[in-house]
Amino acid sequence: MLSGITIGQFFPGNSLLHRMDARIKLVLTFAYIAAVFIPRNWAGLAVAVGFLIFTILLSRLPAKLVLKSIKPILPIIIFTSALNIFYVTDGTPLFDWAFIHITTQGLTTAAFIAIRIISLIAGSSLLTYTTSPTTLTDALERLLSPLKAVRLNVHELAMMMTIALRFIPTLIEETDKIMSAQKARGADLESGSLMQRIRALIPILIPLFVSSFRRAYELATAMECRCYRGGEGRTRMKQMHMRAFDIVCIAVVVLMAAGLIVLNFVLPPVI
Amino acid sequence: MPVIETRNLSYTYSPGTPFRKDAITDITFTAQKGDFIGIIGHTGSGKSTLVQHLNGLLRPTSGQVFVNGIDIWQQPKKIRSVRFKVGLVFQYPEHQLFEETAYKDIAFGPKNMGLNDDEIDKRVRLAAQFVGLREELLQKSPFELSGGEKRRVAIAGVMAMQPEVLILDEPTAGLDPRGRDMILQQILDYQKQNQTTVLLVSHNMEDIARSAKKVLVMNHGRIVMLDETAEVFSRAHELESIGLDVPAVTRIFMSLRKSGFNVGPNAYTVKQAYDRLLPLLKKGGGSNA
Repeated sequence: MLSGITIGQFFPGNSLLHRMDARIKLVLTFAYIAAVFIPRNWAGLAVAVGFLIFTILLSRLPAKLVLKSIKPILPIIIFTSALNIFYVTDGTPLFDWAFIHITTQGLTTAAFIAIRIISLIAGSSLLTYTTSPTTLTDALERLLSPLKAVRLNVHELAMMMTIALRFIPTLIEETDKIMSAQKARGADLESGSLMQRIRALIPILIPLFVSSFRRAYELATAMECRCYRGGEGRTRMKQMHMRAFDIVCIAVVVLMAAGLIVLNFVLPPVI
Repeated sequence: MPVIETRNLSYTYSPGTPFRKDAITDITFTAQKGDFIGIIGHTGSGKSTLVQHLNGLLRPTSGQVFVNGIDIWQQPKKIRSVRFKVGLVFQYPEHQLFEETAYKDIAFGPKNMGLNDDEIDKRVRLAAQFVGLREELLQKSPFELSGGEKRRVAIAGVMAMQPEVLILDEPTAGLDPRGRDMILQQILDYQKQNQTTVLLVSHNMEDIARSAKKVLVMNHGRIVMLDETAEVFSRAHELESIGLDVPAVTRIFMSLRKSGFNVGPNAYTVKQAYDRLLPLLKKGGGSNA
């Protein structure tokens, strides 16, 4: 029943994007998200979208998968588009009735912003599709390590994130099992009033909490048995290395951003 | 009429995705009232998936399950009532305890059946008695009990529903030999007294040999044997080829015969072995055929 939920949507592969240094990938994704907001004309937006399509092809992921990542934010896209259509009143009116005014400018803005949001989501999901959650937290730890200077324990934060991510599937499985066990004793989880349904969750939540604590203790003991004492002096089995391809990627993204800025000056803005 | 009958039962996990997996395929078997059937098979052979179909927790991809001759999925809305007829005790059932007291936890099932308080009380005490829980333990929090006691509370929670069929998935896993013997004996007593149909899933061949009249062997999601316990354990080589074992006494009997002792047919419980070997020893060391 719960097995349909995917968190940490890593899609294993061996493409150039999969093999990229996760640190660079993370930074460039943020750079891309920022870059999507630069264009003020169609040509610029086309460049940004074109770049995205190029990276999707590079990742060799099924296009369907990337589209799937947009599905959950569809309501947001529709909502913002509707707001733009009805509230932007500049430009040539196309439709005028009572309080509804639709203008060319409204439609343009709506389309422009919808494309922006879609590229933003698709771009960031490309990161999580091509990078395993553990690699991602690893990269985050490395990127944040300068913060050690201000006494922030970056290693512990990253370890907590890794453990949390690691245990999400386990907890889902556990929940599934407890739900089945209570259903086998006649627990009714599917009908009744709101209050009854909330009360019906108690037989599931309590065992789930108990087992989470049990797991936490067991994990802590197991880690101590293997002499885990935090980040100090810890080395890594898998070192991250920057390769020529990563430098090329940085160059491409910087050039693209610069090009987008130039395009803004050359072409007239549409929004 | 069989209490439980399955016809060509098949179940596929995540159909239509790259992760699809056939868990069980074409399972057809029947269990009569009062049967005690052991279900064996190595990890991942589909035992747990099969038993979850019998009380309607899983809906078959194809095929049917009949309880008392009625297809349980005929009225999907009434599937809850099937769970009171077919009680299922999961693996490590102590992980499902949640109430403030052991008493209330055992009462959870009967309460869901909508019984009145007197009836619930009667059933809880009876079930507690069957699994050997002392009166004073019933008022304790289940989380204060020992591992073995928790297991008993959880098993009593299903027994208290007084199902016609009791299914136990590895009820003795992780218990010490004494605890395992006691729980097994209590299940046997319960079965004898109530004429309940019992299906026992286990990895432990000794447990199966001691309790089951019939054994159902599964491999790769299919039934490979379903026969009297003695018959199944006499096919030791076949069992070994699918990663299963025979009881230790049976192995001893087989090697005795191999070294030329005429010990008669295989024994699969210690008691049988005792009954068969003792006369031979009295006769003077058995005949060296």
